[in-house]
Amino acid sequence: MDNMYFGNMSRSDMMKRIKELEFAVIELNIYLDNHPMNQQALMDFNKFTKELMALKEKYEEKYGMLTNFGYSQSQYPWTWVNEPWPWESGE
Amino acid sequence: MWIYEKKLEYPVHIKSKDLKMAKLLVAQYGGPDGELGAAVRYLNQRYTMPTGKTKALLNDIGTEELAHVEIIATMVYQILHNATPEELKQAGLGGQYVQHDNAPFPTDVNGVPWTAAYIATLGDPVTDIHEDMAAEQKARATYEHLIALTDEEDIKKVLKFLWQREVVHYQRFGEALVDIYEYLDSKNVFDMSIKKEKSAE
Repeated sequence: MDNMYFGNMSRSDMMKRIKELEFAVIELNIYLDNHPMNQQALMDFNKFTKELMALKEKYEEKYGMLTNFGYSQSQYPWTWVNEPWPWESGE
Repeated sequence: MWIYEKKLEYPVHIKSKDLKMAKLLVAQYGGPDGELGAAVRYLNQRYTMPTGKTKALLNDIGTEELAHVEIIATMVYQILHNATPEELKQAGLGGQYVQHDNAPFPTDVNGVPWTAAYIATLGDPVTDIHEDMAAEQKARATYEHLIALTDEEDIKKVLKFLWQREVVHYQRFGEALVDIYEYLDSKNVFDMSIKKEKSAE
């Protein structure tokens, strides 16, 4: 997934797609916990995770950190403190 | 170690000021079958699960439950945060205002604060997974009761998302239970207490 792919997406479209991908990844993750030998589920997990990671990186470049404690870098000034927080934005 | 992701698992945009519904929604925040109890229940039981698979499952579902705590608290927050003291009082939330202002607080619908008495950990994986399956069914039924009590589409769609997560978690715990029985069979024991006796010999 390159930058071209995400280039035209609005912030809300990006967040919607992040939520969709993460939902798929959560489902596959807890399924794989019970079925670690399921190769199709594993391939799907890796495929969606790859797209999710690329999209989150792109989102964070534009709109600031999504994760704390060393899972994403910050532009100046420190973006983690940016409002609104999820319970305020509802996102 | 946990990290925080600055987003909700499912979006919450409650436009209504249905304060009476907020009073009921807290059931799934700090009530006996609520999300906080679910998170603590699974994360506390994971330590004594017998296999890598079951440790992973309890860890991961427990972690997802923390995201559900946040979703429920967000619903309560969004409904409460602009309400006046008088509006809260009229909705039966006078006690809420006196003790917590407009802040969400994990209690049951009657204001009884969350307690670890809502959860169980016996240290026996067959027992604990049965507890978890029952907990998912109780949470599912509670969501159905909440859905029956509101016509607000903004609230309903979030409740329906959380409802279907209970169904999926129940399914996953059911698989884990079968897996634990197979594991115990492979060790040639009927239950964990016998296994413990054997290992003590």
